[in-house]
Amino acid sequence: MSLPSGIFQESYGQDMAILRTKQQWIWLLIFLAVLFTMPLYSSDKIMTLATMMGISVISVLGLNILTGYCGQISLGHAGFMAVGGYVSAMLTANLGWPFWAALPCAGLAAGLVGILFGLPSLKIKGFYLIMATVAAQFIVIWLILQFRGFTGGTDGLAVPRPELFGYVIKTKGAYFLLVMIIACLATFFAKNLVRTRVGRAFIAIRDNDLAAEVMGVNLLSYKLLAFFIGCVYAGVAGSLLVHYFAFADINMFPFGDSVWYLAMLIVGGMGSTTGAIFGVITLKLLDEAMILAGPALAAAFPAIAAQAAASLSLIMRGLVIVIFLIFEPRGLVHRWELIKAYFKRWPFSV
Amino acid sequence: MTFFLQLVITGFGLGMVYALIAIGFVIILKCSKAFNIAQGQFVMIGGYLGFTFLVTFNLPVWASILAAIAVAVVMGGLIERLTLRPLVGQSVLAIIMMTIALGTILEGVATLVWGGEYKAYHGALPTITLKVGEFSIPPETLIGIIVSILVVVALMALFRYAKIGLAMRATAEDEQVVQSAGIKVTSIYTISWMIACVVGVVSGIILGGVSGVMVSMSEVGMKALAVVLLGGIDSIGGAILAGIIIGVLENVAAGYLDPLLPSGGGLANVFPFIIIIIVLIFKPHGLFGLKRIERI
Repeated sequence: MSLPSGIFQESYGQDMAILRTKQQWIWLLIFLAVLFTMPLYSSDKIMTLATMMGISVISVLGLNILTGYCGQISLGHAGFMAVGGYVSAMLTANLGWPFWAALPCAGLAAGLVGILFGLPSLKIKGFYLIMATVAAQFIVIWLILQFRGFTGGTDGLAVPRPELFGYVIKTKGAYFLLVMIIACLATFFAKNLVRTRVGRAFIAIRDNDLAAEVMGVNLLSYKLLAFFIGCVYAGVAGSLLVHYFAFADINMFPFGDSVWYLAMLIVGGMGSTTGAIFGVITLKLLDEAMILAGPALAAAFPAIAAQAAASLSLIMRGLVIVIFLIFEPRGLVHRWELIKAYFKRWPFSV
Repeated sequence: MTFFLQLVITGFGLGMVYALIAIGFVIILKCSKAFNIAQGQFVMIGGYLGFTFLVTFNLPVWASILAAIAVAVVMGGLIERLTLRPLVGQSVLAIIMMTIALGTILEGVATLVWGGEYKAYHGALPTITLKVGEFSIPPETLIGIIVSILVVVALMALFRYAKIGLAMRATAEDEQVVQSAGIKVTSIYTISWMIACVVGVVSGIILGGVSGVMVSMSEVGMKALAVVLLGGIDSIGGAILAGIIIGVLENVAAGYLDPLLPSGGGLANVFPFIIIIIVLIFKPHGLFGLKRIERI
């Protein structure tokens, strides 16, 4: 990373710091201040969108650890979210557990299911592993439907409003703050994980797993650890999603979402925490734009009004992935770095 | 006993169609090293094309099939040239995401053009009834079996005797040698996508004749993936055998177990994924797949 001139690192700690200049600290504090005061001056619609973005950020950060850093591609992330969501829903609705106890259990349960479906990852990789995770998605959803006595099956399951320290979270603003606190902690953990021994092992496995094994990285335990951490993130996100709607339903975790989370990672840039956040914001905004554009399109072409909105969002989602894979395979974060470098080197930049 | 035989026979017919879809996947994989997740969407488009030509335009069967094949050739060629060509040599993830995106686009286009509704054309295809002893084989199943065998024989002949088929087999073996022998590898890629598309569309017309068409019909692609994994991802013979195995097993399992399960079972839909997991854990390279030895 290039720094502005005149700043010198005198210790290893300074060199490794994520925020290395006063300016960066100031920007971070301004960003956090704006983020956490958003409920004061935003409409409910924006709050809903931002909360959904926060939940997706948590989920995609997990996927980034699993796929972006450890190279184990997962196309069943929505399935792992469903595990977390349903465990949390069953604990609070059926057993009457408080929300703060159900949330970690949801993460843990999703992590354990992730380990279970990650077990084949030692023997297989690439296409085969992708198929194993796709199978995980569909088997999880099928099992949820079969155990209808606990999960409500196709009827879904009503979940009580979350309660923290005697305070019932009812407003959208309060839930937004809860999601954002967890999202910030998740980002902090993800950003730091990569700089530890574990993170370096993940990156070694991604770049060449055989070479990593020769260097002494225990493939089985690190791959399973990646599955565990990635799926804990998914489980927490699933739990937050279920409690936000106060309802658990299998249609909240479709296979299309698993694909879309991976698309967010590709659009943002793989193997980068910032990239994951960029991707989520971009694609969620795009989804929102599609919802707004649907009625306008239907009004413009009355002949195909009924199917226009549904097909438009499908075609858009596909096209975005196609365009990014062909023209910007390294994601938005790469473009962002190029732009930053351009302004930093100006007037000597090309 | 009759119930069991009935399940086996219909499962066999279904399995032949699965095998056909899986063959499309295997051809693309062998020739251009691309994993085509959108094969199920080709089938769905094929079903809708069958409806359009047979019912809307009211063409005779042979003309409808020729017209659908013509559309499939154009579609396969365009898809390869525009979206897969820029990704030659890229990672598995990029290619798989690309084909998934293609599948999504095809579903969107089908929703736009055909309204995403259920369309059926029972009786538009010719029927043959055959009675063996006391039970009869459903006519649609029989047609499916016959057409599948015809297509497989045609493909076998293509790969054995035609020059282009030989070139495709050589490409699967070694791309550099093929290039030095003066064969254009990129056009082999395009042709393999065209053939896969045609095979998918033909199986779509058969399936559409049996059970009608809707957008969610593309889920049959997932079953074809289970077939491919069981048979070994680079073996056409394996795909045929595995297709029959999965078709029969799925039908029998759903026939006997579904009444026992809560929520109406729906075992037929999740069955391929259970097979996928079992195959991946115990025999990752399938029944007839080549084992690859990796080096650093």
